[in-house]
Amino acid sequence: MKEKLVVIGNGMAGMRTVEELLKLGGDLYDITVFGAEPHGNYNRILLSPVLSGEMPFDDTLLNRPEWYAEHGITLHAGSKVTKIDRVRRQVVAADGLTVPYDRLLIATGSRPFILPVPGHDLPGVVGFRDIADVEVMLDAAQNHRHAVVIGGGLLGLEAAVGLVKRGMVVRVVHLADTLMERQLDSAAGQMLQRELESRGVEFLMGAKTREIIGRQRVQGVLFEDGREVSADLVVMAAGIRPDFELAKAAGIHCERGIVVNDTLQTYDPRIYAVGECAQHRGQTYGLVAPLFEQAKVCANHLAKFGISRYVGSVTSTKLKVSGVDVFSAGDFLGGPESEQIVYRDPGAGIYKKVVLKDNRIQGAVLYGNTLDGAWYFQLMREGTDVAAFRDSLMFGQAHLGDAGHGQHSPVALMADSAEVCGCNGVTKGTIVNLIRSKGLFTLDEVRAHTKASASCGGCTGLVEQILASVVGSDAAPADQQKPLCPCTEHSHDAAREAIRTQHLTSIEQTMRTLEWRTPDGCPTCRPALNYYLISTWPTEARDDDRSRFVNERLHANIQKDRSYTVVPRIWGGVTTPEELRAIADAAEKYAVPMVKITGGQRIDLVGVQKEQLPAMWADLNAAGLVSGHAYGKALRTVKTCIGSQFCRFGTQDSVQMGVDLEKFSWGSWTPHKFKMAVSGCPRNCAEATIKDFGVVAVDSGWELHVGGNGGVKVRVTDLLCRVKTAEEVLEYCGAFMQIYREQARYLERTAPWIERVGLDYVKKQMVDDAASRAVLYQRFVESQRIAQNDPWAEHTTDARRGEFEPMIKIDVGRVSAA
Amino acid sequence: MSDWISIGKLEDIPRQGARVVQTAAGEIAVFRAASDAVFALANRCPHKGGPLAEGIVFDHHVACPLHNWKISLESGEAVAPDKGCARRYTVRVEDGIVHLNVNS
Ligand SMILES: Cc1cc2nc3c(=O)[nH]c(=O)nc-3n(C[C@H](O)[C@H](O)[C@H](O)COP(=O)(O)OP(=O)(O)OC[C@H]3O[C@@H](n4cnc5c(N)ncnc54)[C@H](O)[C@@H]3O)c2cc1C
Ligand code: HEM
Ligand code: SF4
Ligand code: FES
Repeated sequence: MKEKLVVIGNGMAGMRTVEELLKLGGDLYDITVFGAEPHGNYNRILLSPVLSGEMPFDDTLLNRPEWYAEHGITLHAGSKVTKIDRVRRQVVAADGLTVPYDRLLIATGSRPFILPVPGHDLPGVVGFRDIADVEVMLDAAQNHRHAVVIGGGLLGLEAAVGLVKRGMVVRVVHLADTLMERQLDSAAGQMLQRELESRGVEFLMGAKTREIIGRQRVQGVLFEDGREVSADLVVMAAGIRPDFELAKAAGIHCERGIVVNDTLQTYDPRIYAVGECAQHRGQTYGLVAPLFEQAKVCANHLAKFGISRYVGSVTSTKLKVSGVDVFSAGDFLGGPESEQIVYRDPGAGIYKKVVLKDNRIQGAVLYGNTLDGAWYFQLMREGTDVAAFRDSLMFGQAHLGDAGHGQHSPVALMADSAEVCGCNGVTKGTIVNLIRSKGLFTLDEVRAHTKASASCGGCTGLVEQILASVVGSDAAPADQQKPLCPCTEHSHDAAREAIRTQHLTSIEQTMRTLEWRTPDGCPTCRPALNYYLISTWPTEARDDDRSRFVNERLHANIQKDRSYTVVPRIWGGVTTPEELRAIADAAEKYAVPMVKITGGQRIDLVGVQKEQLPAMWADLNAAGLVSGHAYGKALRTVKTCIGSQFCRFGTQDSVQMGVDLEKFSWGSWTPHKFKMAVSGCPRNCAEATIKDFGVVAVDSGWELHVGGNGGVKVRVTDLLCRVKTAEEVLEYCGAFMQIYREQARYLERTAPWIERVGLDYVKKQMVDDAASRAVLYQRFVESQRIAQNDPWAEHTTDARRGEFEPMIKIDVGRVSAA
Repeated sequence: MSDWISIGKLEDIPRQGARVVQTAAGEIAVFRAASDAVFALANRCPHKGGPLAEGIVFDHHVACPLHNWKISLESGEAVAPDKGCARRYTVRVEDGIVHLNVNS
């Protein structure tokens, strides 16, 4: 018989946990949900737009009653649990209904803190927590005129603006001197106050409430200093208190919330708690992003995977008042140890402050323009060193574009018809609509439903910003410190670090040691792990062809009609009549439909059938041609110009340099494809300044450029340094490739990698420090010893040819072995 | 007439991989999961006809090599939110020999 899971609280954290659980192991439990509110599950954070009239309540529903039925979940909506009986392992509801449990999940959220002043229980005094509160407010707005909101925090201000929109005269009473003092510094707080005043909200700052007066219903509020204002509605938004009465009465250890460990278990191991009611490592939360993280971990344990841990969250805040943009994250006040960079444009109503310590962002406050909030937040969470672009930090991410690889136009200004994801042809309007209609919250969800950014990933930042602008701060920023994929809790960096420090040499061993949740991974993590293994332990790890994408497994590029493209290596783009003859012969012999010259100075033989590959490779091998790795996350091509051998402008022999570089570096696997070029003079005919590693000859030697690429987002290289001799070019090339191979994340090209870590960081390791450069170079050379095997030659042996043929050919009914 | 045809040895199919069987009715991809469970599907992705046999096999799924749709080896169905289905064939392994029912 299935175990019984009972959930108390039909809110955001509880239901997110159930959804995550269904994803992991749908039929492990008989699930029963109790919710005190008489609805399905709705998105509480959207109560603000419901109050202001910007959204109908129906649009906030996350799971309707039918959803529960479809998933075999028993929902008792409108039924409040009054007792947990831990001895009999059952819960008792107000109406006497008793349900037994094997595991219990408490997700009771929190309650508004109602100031215990005289009169606090009069009709007309409400909190701002659930739809019933909103209904009371809407009713008051219809029939009365004066409202007082106690508390000038996030919730209070959203309530105040909503009530003004509904036609009430609203006064906000706030104890401190600035609004939202827990999220904003005083400069931003004052700008916010002025803006809201211009919209008709009045403020009483530094006012302490003494009493709420009234007979049948509230009539006014009296303050300590004797001031008095009239009120027909009082909204208490002075804070929230985790709702743990039920747990406490059952003898479960509680402090400011229900105390849970890293697996969200309470002191009673059968009982879990998530959401605002839980206290984890001394911390309680009042925003959805951390609750969603908790839900994931809790579901993982309920599903008996038992491997993931919750270690706390860093949060950021955004105020959801249309037309007012406020963002805050981290330590935004700063201390004596830290520095602050402030940008003010009073005319445009913009204020930005970033707090830095050792060139790493500690916190930020943005007012008036919050587009870069997500960016600062990501830099902060990743602990990125911002020294390289500190000068332009305050101008935002878009400004970096001037330097090459920067971002997009601000999303707010984008038209709905603007294409966001070029790979999948997805427009901004489509994304926004799906986020709204399907209630999408995470980047992964948006990817799954819209396919935007699911392919090349170039538009990820843009999609994230759109997501953030539609759903607010609860959108989980996609950050590479996030799990590598849903099979694991480990990030790219953490997985690679474990492979290195724990000397893991196979995929199975890595998955076992790092407690992968799936039996053998997925198409996202397996190729990444395979790469980390072979690049970290080149002499020990076995390259797992089962974890290679088809192109790298079959050493040819698959095309949409299932044919393949064969590209022989042409060293430095220099060929001979014999090679060309061999290529032409092969093209004729195998009836190749198209022969094409590529942008990288190679020849594509397009449209070859899989069965033909080994024979064709053997023929090309016989003429001395080898695989060009045009299919791989690997050294692709070294493109060259004509150079000093013939060109009248040439200062150095770029052709020879290109051939030498290619002979030196071919065969190496890299996190993403790696392209090079060599130009013989600064006229730069080989376009070396949009390559991953570009070499431009000058009179006195060679200029080395790094981190460029063509493609979707063109980025011009950064100048790494100048060197004198050809030997140095090779040494620097090897060292650079090795840093990239060891440090960039799988599928991260040199351009975004350099943007992330900074050019200085690369220079420190390989330009300023000769010893470190020599070691890197040595490691590259060592790994090349293993890597430089022609994959064509390996696959044309008799033993392996069979793999390219069908197992058997059958005329249905009659069998003839192939 | 029996519809079962023996198509070869289990070890001729790589673990976490597939081999193709050519039939008069088109290609059938025969998969071998890491667990050694064997499955057969039409070698045509429901999306745009990608050759599923060349995809990365993980657990009881395969990711199409063309646009990365994930297809269940058990049912042939694309994993949500994608929608579509590759035809499924029955296979069984006896004494290390794989038998395929082309008419199933
Ligand atoms: C107006 C408003 C705006 C907000 N805006 C944002 C925002 O912009 N960004 C953000 O990140 N967060 C925002 N929040 C906070 C966010 O909504 C909460 O953090 C989140 O809803 C907490 O989830 P929870 O599951 O812990 O609690 P809840 O969602 O409150 O769920 C708890 C549920 O348990 C039920 N319950 C309690 N006791 C019992 C019992 N004994 N028996 C049965 N059921 C019981 C309650 O009725 C409730 O439905 C906002 C909150 C409000 C009120
Ligand atoms: C797996 C996907 C891809 C494959 C298999 C692939 C393959 C190739 C091949 C075979 C060539 C020509 C030969 C060569 O230069 O070696 C080429 C050139 C090129 N590709 Fe791709 N490519 C892929 C993805 C991309 C992406 C995503 C971009 C853009 C971001 C891109 C940008 C380019 C450019 C700009 C060239 C010309 C290069 C030059 O002038 O040297 N490619 N690619
Ligand atoms: S880059 Fe300079 S050397 Fe090379 S072909 Fe152009 S002009 Fe000649
Ligand atoms: S053809 Fe299979 S995913 Fe497109």
